Formats: sequence, C-alpha cells, structure tokens
Amino acid sequence: MRPRRTWVGVLVAVLLVVLAFASLFVGVSDVSPSSVLTGGPDSDAAFLLVASRIPRTVAVLLAGASLGIAGLIMQMLVRNKFVEPGTTGVSEFATLGMLATMVFLPGLAVVGKMGVAAVFGLFGTWVFLRVVRVVPVRQLVLVPLVGIMLGGVVGAVTTFFAYRLDLLQSLGQWSQGSFATIMQGRYEFLWIAGLMVVLAWVAADRFSVIGLGEEFATNLGLDYRRVVAVGMVIIAVITAAVLVTAGMIPFLGLVVPNIVSLIIGDNVRRSIPWVAGIGAVFVLACDLIARVVRFPYEIPLGVIVGIIGAALFLWLLLRRRSRAH
Amino acid sequence: MLTDPVPTESGALPEAGLHRSRLGVSWARPRVRLGVLGAAVLVLTAVYLFTAVPGSLSFALEVRSLTVVAMLVVATAVGVSTVVFHTITQNRILTPSIMGFDAFYVLISTIIVFFSGSAAFLGFDQLTLWLVQVVVMVAFSVLLFTWLFGGKRRSLHLMLLVGIVLGTFFRAFTEWMQRMLDPLDFQVLSDAMFASLTRPDEMLLLLTTGLVVLGCAAVVPLLRVLDVLTLGEPAAVGLGVDHRRVVMVLFASVSVMIAASTALVGPILFFGLIVANLAYSYAGSFRHVWTLPTAVLIGVICLLGGQLILERLFGFGGTLSTVIDFAGGLFFLYLVLRKGAR
Repeated sequence: MRPRRTWVGVLVAVLLVVLAFASLFVGVSDVSPSSVLTGGPDSDAAFLLVASRIPRTVAVLLAGASLGIAGLIMQMLVRNKFVEPGTTGVSEFATLGMLATMVFLPGLAVVGKMGVAAVFGLFGTWVFLRVVRVVPVRQLVLVPLVGIMLGGVVGAVTTFFAYRLDLLQSLGQWSQGSFATIMQGRYEFLWIAGLMVVLAWVAADRFSVIGLGEEFATNLGLDYRRVVAVGMVIIAVITAAVLVTAGMIPFLGLVVPNIVSLIIGDNVRRSIPWVAGIGAVFVLACDLIARVVRFPYEIPLGVIVGIIGAALFLWLLLRRRSRAH
Repeated sequence: MLTDPVPTESGALPEAGLHRSRLGVSWARPRVRLGVLGAAVLVLTAVYLFTAVPGSLSFALEVRSLTVVAMLVVATAVGVSTVVFHTITQNRILTPSIMGFDAFYVLISTIIVFFSGSAAFLGFDQLTLWLVQVVVMVAFSVLLFTWLFGGKRRSLHLMLLVGIVLGTFFRAFTEWMQRMLDPLDFQVLSDAMFASLTRPDEMLLLLTTGLVVLGCAAVVPLLRVLDVLTLGEPAAVGLGVDHRRVVMVLFASVSVMIAASTALVGPILFFGLIVANLAYSYAGSFRHVWTLPTAVLIGVICLLGGQLILERLFGFGGTLSTVIDFAGGLFFLYLVLRKGAR
C-alpha cells in the first residue's frame, strides 16, 4: 500500500504544479512564459499575469482546497460521509444572506457581504446539526436527503423573494460558480478561507475525536461543544468566502474527502493536506476545462464541477454494498 | 400526536374520556372530522364561484369552475401521492417532488426557449409540451426505480438520493443554458417556472384529471396494505405483503400523478409536505382510508382559501404557488426543528 500511496502523492503534487502553470498561461490574450520573460516587468503580458492570471489561479487553488476541507469537517461533525455545505442547506442559507444584503444593504462592502453570508451559513449549519441529531445514525443516506430537502426549502424561500424583487438573474450569478471575473483586489477574501484550512489542520486531532461521537469525546476530556462550534465557524466562513468571490461550487466538499479516504483512510490530520491538494487539483482542472471547451468563451465552472462531481458522487453512492444503507 | 383509537368488538370506537355532544356526534371520529372539512370545501367553493362577480355570471362561472377543477385535481394528486410516498419511504419530511420532477420541467422548457426563442415557447402547442413532459418525467422515475429498487439493491433512500443528484446535474445544465439567454427570453421563462393554477387549458385539464383518477384507482385497492406498510418493511413482509410488487405499483401511481400535475400547473415543491403533515395531526386516525381524503381536502382548502385571500384581499392572484412554497418551506423548518426528521 505504502509505495503506491507515495506515488499518488507525487502524482497529485506534479499535477498541481503543471495545472497551476497551465492556468497562468491559458486565456484570450497571448501570455506565455517567453513573452513575459522577454517583455520585462512593464510589458502587457506581465501586467496581465499579475492583474488577472495569478489572482485567478490563486483563487482557484484556495477555493478548491478550502471547499474540500469544509466538506471534510462537516463529515466529521455529522458523522456521515455524504454531507457537505451544498447537501446540507448551508450554501443555500449563505445565498439567502447574500440576497438579504442585496435588498437591505446594497452599498455594503464585500467584507460585510461575506460576514452576513457567513452568519447565515452558521445558522444553516446549526439548523442542520439540530435536524441530524434525530435522524437515526444508521440511515446513512437519509442524512443528506434531509439536508438537500432543507436546502431546497431555503432555496425556494430565496427564489420567492428574488422573484418578487426582480433579482433572479443577479442571484443566478452566485448559484453557479465561476472564476471568470476574478482579478487583483477581487479575490483576497479567499485568503480567509485559506486561514480556515490552517485552523482545521491545527485542530485536526480534535475533529478526529469528535468523529467518534459526543460521549466518547467528552470521556477523553474534550470540550465537545466548543470543538463543534469551531468546526461550524470553519464551514460557514469557507462557504461564505467562496460564495462571495466565485459562487456556488457543488459536490466538491463531498467527493474529494471521500476519494482521499479511499486512498489513505480516515485519519483527519493525515488527510487534510491530501484533501486540500486534491481539491485544488480538481477545481483547477475543471476551471481549465471551462476555459478551453468553447474557447474563446467560457462556460460556468459550476456546470463542469456539477457534471463531474455528480458522476463521482453517484459512483461513490453505488459502489457500496446495498446492505450498508 | 394522536393515536388511532382501537375499535371495540362491536366495531365502534371507544369514547372513553371524550366529550360527546348531544347529537351523538363525536369529534374523535375521523368521519366527523372529514365531514367538517368537506363542508368547508363546499363553502369555499361557493364563495369563490359566486361572490365578487365583475360582469356576467355565466362567464365568470365558466372561468372559475375550471380553476376550481384544476385545484381539485392538483390537490388530489399532491395529497395522495405525498401521503403514499411518506408511507413507502417511512419518512414524513420528504416529498415526491424532490426527485427532480421540477428539474425536468424546467429543463424541457429551457431547451425549447434556448433553441427556438421565447416567442416560439409561448406559441408552442400546449398539448405536445404536456405530453413530452409527462412522458419524460414518468420514464425517468420508472427507470430510476427499476434500477435501484427492482434489482439487487432495494433501497428507497438510495434511489431518492440518486434521483436528487441527477436532478442537480440537470439543474446545472439548465442554469448554464439560462445564463446564455437574453433578458427578455429569461423573463418569459422565469414566469413560466412558477406554477399557475388559474385558467388552465381545458384539454390538458381533462387529460391530467384522467391520469390522476387512474393513479388514485391504483391506490384505492391498496388502502389496507398501506396501513400495514406503516409498520415497516419487515413487519409488512411478515404479515404477507408482497412488498416489492406493492411498492412498485404505488410508486408508479405516485410518479404518474406528480408528473401529470406538474406538467399542468408547473412545479409545486413543498405543498404536499404541509398538506400531508396537517392531515396526520387532524385526521384522528392513521388509517389511509382517513388520512388520504383528509390530505386532499386540506389541499383544496389551502389552494382555494389561498387564492381567495390573494385575489380578493391583496389583488394578486397569480402568485399563489410561490406563496404556498414559501409557507411550505417555513412549515418544513418548523417541523424538523420541532420534531426532527422521524
């Protein structure tokens, strides 16, 4: 097992570097390594690289890595492999928060929008955890089902208001993620999401213990509630940061941790860098596909991730024995 | 939570501790409760048909009676299918519409607008559209069902989740197409995306009524079997129920009814949830003989009453479905936070 795992790790690292490089040099304007080097720091190519390509690549990396982590933490808190912010109503609550800022505080700075979205997302996480407490733990598939239902409800509420206020098409912007408009000065909040990844890594072992259940964690001397609260904050902040900058990216937080647990098992501390790495690679690859399929136009990243993510999710669902539901 | 009173040997329900009025009518009897609902429906219908007539009565009656029939049909489809669905999935906070029926409805409409423009969509033959939508939705749900329930796997929850994931997949696709529409086309499409119960097409109404009657006809002989299914699959099988066959019949009729009513009026997401859960607490019995008609009548009252209030008091009759979805959403949150997802 071990040598194979090393190879997979090397492969992920190589892919990450190659894709990040490709992401820097794919686009409508001709920016290539040679044009940047020959043009010097004042050339158009260099300007484009700094103002648009690098921000976009960094944003994709941060979003991919942090969304994977948000899914992982959520799966630990709920003790269910099939949850992530998108299947539990958290994303929908955060979107409702976005709508609320559009209606009540249209002039609010982006950081304020993110804050409101995060607070709504936090509330969504709380609601979901309350709901899940009464779902029999053995009914694995029922948990995401309830979560999706919850998300659908909140989504319907959002749609209702958006429709009455003529904000449907503006709302559509967020319901489908895309990095097309990312530039310098428009993605920096994703560093906060990156910070959350670090925080998750620091608290990794605690989340492992939380995954064993409340009684067990308390017996080991852990303040169960506090750790859950920290986890909720991590999830909500990551969801809000990605939503505000890029929009909704479905299935990622669900698929990536599952793939990682197939590769290396369920040790949270060990899997966090893996989840971050594979999440970043996944979104980078999807973003590149979104950029080159209808070149020079882009298709929304959400479509690509939705299609690939849905296929992977179905595979994960159906590969289990039918007895295990 | 009301429990079903156990009949005594004579078949009458025990009235111990319950107030009995002098007329010999007891509130504990499901029959009485259902009768009250029926009377309320009749009163509401009369009010809706005969009051606030703007011009000629005969014309108003013609238009309004179509709306009333549409509401009856939709309430029957949604009420019956949601209660049946709850029984076969052993869960009370799901609705059959989460399986992606609405996703298909929106997808098909979007494809038409995308490839032929909104003018063509508005001029599109209603009957063809309805047929295409019903066939696609029923085919989808039957395929899903036979794949995940007819074969080795036999998990309803898994089937639902796969259905939802596929629904998400189609929604992503739909949204992508919608993003490429010009604002005018998008406007036409988004207006079509919200269910409308007023002024249905007569032909479609007739066809939908036919399908819903068909669906109900499949459910009626199974009323007692449904009661047994409430005990859960192992118990039902132990009591001699051919679980797989019965669930297949029930599921088929649920998907036909939901597909037909969605194709008639558009997506209604959480209406069934309100209706079914109110019916459980109101009916005074958990036997399907009572809960099913109760759910249907409560549905009619919601639709008619809602339409009356919106139309006569607020003056905007066209938005009933969004209001119902909204109310249903809040009601759902209340349900899960109060009782949890049992």
